[in-house]
Amino acid sequence: MTRMILKWGALAALVGMALYLILALYAQQEFVFAMLFLVLTASAVFVFVNKKLYAHRYIFPAVAGMGLFVIFPLMYTVGIGFTNYSASNLLSFERVQENLLDRTYQSDSVRYNYELYDTDAGYVIYLEGEHQDLVSAPLALDGSDSSAPVLPASGKPAGEPLAIRDIIQLRSELSQLELLTEDGRELSMASLRAFAAINDQFTLHDNGSITDNQTDVTYFPDHDTGFYRSADGQTLSPGWTVNIGWDNYLKVVSDPSIRGPFFEIFVWTLSFAVATVVFTLALGLLLANLLQWDQIRGKGFYRTMLILPYAVPAFISILVFKGLFNQNFGEINLVLEGLFGIRPDWFSDPALARTMILIVNTWLGYPYMMLLTMGLLQAIPRDLYEASVMDGAGPVNNLFNITLPLIIKPLMPLLIASFAFNFNNFVLIALLTGGAPDIIGASTPAGTTDLLVSYTYRIAFQDSGQNFGLAAAIATAIFLVVGALSLINLKLSKVKV
Amino acid sequence: MAMVEPRSTKYRVLASHLGMLGFIVIILFPLLMVISISFRSGNFASGSLLPENPSLEHWYLAFGIPYTGEDGTVTQPPFPVLLWLWNSIKIAVVSAVLILALSTTSAYAFARMRFAGKGFVLKSMLIFQMFPPVLSLVALYALFDKIGNHVSWLGLNTHGAVIVASLGGMALHIWTIKGYFDSIDRSLEEAAIVDGATTWQAFRYILLPLSVPILVVVFILAFIMTIMEYPMASVLLVDTDKLTLAVGAQQYLYEQNYLWGDFAAAAVLSGLPITLIFLYCQKWIVGGLTAGGVKG
Repeated sequence: MTRMILKWGALAALVGMALYLILALYAQQEFVFAMLFLVLTASAVFVFVNKKLYAHRYIFPAVAGMGLFVIFPLMYTVGIGFTNYSASNLLSFERVQENLLDRTYQSDSVRYNYELYDTDAGYVIYLEGEHQDLVSAPLALDGSDSSAPVLPASGKPAGEPLAIRDIIQLRSELSQLELLTEDGRELSMASLRAFAAINDQFTLHDNGSITDNQTDVTYFPDHDTGFYRSADGQTLSPGWTVNIGWDNYLKVVSDPSIRGPFFEIFVWTLSFAVATVVFTLALGLLLANLLQWDQIRGKGFYRTMLILPYAVPAFISILVFKGLFNQNFGEINLVLEGLFGIRPDWFSDPALARTMILIVNTWLGYPYMMLLTMGLLQAIPRDLYEASVMDGAGPVNNLFNITLPLIIKPLMPLLIASFAFNFNNFVLIALLTGGAPDIIGASTPAGTTDLLVSYTYRIAFQDSGQNFGLAAAIATAIFLVVGALSLINLKLSKVKV
Repeated sequence: MAMVEPRSTKYRVLASHLGMLGFIVIILFPLLMVISISFRSGNFASGSLLPENPSLEHWYLAFGIPYTGEDGTVTQPPFPVLLWLWNSIKIAVVSAVLILALSTTSAYAFARMRFAGKGFVLKSMLIFQMFPPVLSLVALYALFDKIGNHVSWLGLNTHGAVIVASLGGMALHIWTIKGYFDSIDRSLEEAAIVDGATTWQAFRYILLPLSVPILVVVFILAFIMTIMEYPMASVLLVDTDKLTLAVGAQQYLYEQNYLWGDFAAAAVLSGLPITLIFLYCQKWIVGGLTAGGVKG
């Protein structure tokens, strides 16, 4: 009985928390996120209440986790690809409108010169206007009072006004002060010598347009571009997020300053992934063959030593190489200079930077291939080799006519997975070169060593424009490539469930 | 090849030994270099593999102790390495425990129970696992930003967010554990159930004790993967004292502020434990990896 109460109590508490989150998100007009949590909560309750779905209770947390952190972000990203979401179009339309209507300016027409008097009761501000002089009650000016009424003055307060250098010392307190006149105006400090009236910058009209009170220009909301726009084409910042259809995709295809770099990066990404798989496989297979050989003693020692690059955390080895390859005081250039008298410029020459990346990634990746092929080589019957040696075949013949044909089939899915991994090898690029050297003439932050993923990351998070929409469009394109790869992989590996 | 031994075999064996030893020297060069650099004085000095003026300067700083040089100048530690290491370990341990608990129970259902949509869910998990999380970072960032407004420990710049986000990579581990469960004869549990045990008891008292080896492997794999995770942590964490080691270590090597020596000591200090764990468990880890994922 207590178990039942505990169980239902826990479920009720969880549902209560979830409902609070959903309502809060809904109240903030975050419909997509409110919907997401509503679906999650509903399916959780459904699975845990329904006796027939007993088995699903076990898998629910994992499936929900995948949905929340893999599938939802994926779909959300695809959605962002169709919007102009970026640093300049970050907010919703309502928030942009609020933001603009909150803006104020100081009018020059209502302007008072002032004098500050230090009286026994406190500071008194005396405003001299064109038609009327105003005076405030004594103020403490220690930051405690933020607004104070001013009344028509009959004459100047007694004593001498403060000198300008004393006013400068009180400047920050004065600038926080708002003076309220009897007819409802707000005055604030406009300069060291003057107070001026604060006016709302924009007036909202019924048709949604807004007028700038200072310049009398009217701006209309343009829901195609996500900006307020005037008749002569001027726009106001910030803009809001709108759906722009295929524009981001078209930009990648048509804008030469994006298309050129994108294409170059795409080709480099492909060649990088292929080259990495080929190099690591070649090196790994060679070493696995040697370790497989009966005549070699001390296999345990060799194996442990050869596996080392795999055992060291990648973020450390990549940074180590970043230092070792440094142009001026990296140890690799010191050795090269000592031996051959050259100092290659690893980070600013595109070809050298790419070479360096391939060297480092081969160093990082060959142990994995070695371990894989070692396992597969075990399965090849020894007598095949003995027979071929009898017939006069050498090791090279054996490799290409026996070993490779026999291991390529089970190896294929793993090679595709490795290709997909390196196609998206963000950490290597981010930590080693950061994409440098840059591609000249690109309008997005694009580097010659950038892979598509790091390129996308830089457009989204490092460029000052933070163009999330464009980044998401490119991400969607990569999703398609990776999705196709993983489908092929699934077919090839004939996964049994 | 024991039967057929041409006369040249002796030379080939010798050549293989020499070749592999030479290769190992190349492999070890970067690692030995870092150890050597960590004992050199100064951040820009170059020198031979054996430091000419060995100094513990960088090691003091790596442990967070201000170092007083011979000329009396005091150097403050540039970054809180131990704090970063602690952050990394904390995040990795909590994630690994959660991942292990959740993926074991799901793997049990996938291996032993029959239910609608099993094959479909398993296959789609495998496919979605291939998509790089880097690309959904904008969405994940927005997700944690929105949740964080209402649940403070899950917002941006919290370790909770990084831990929860790491749960997304669970499919791999589910597949690994499921594969192991499949290899255990199910008649043991069936006998227990016939004797009156519930499904949960059969799982808890019979299957789990038999699966300890794979559970250890998955725990270590999940631990290492979370410690090495870079992109997610680099976007979600902001404050210096919140960073993980993978994100923080990078800050040593900015072009304008190249703390090569300090980095080396910090790298050895933090990388050595992971390396040793990996080498110690290599046999099992390799088995687990080939069953599931890829690295490099």
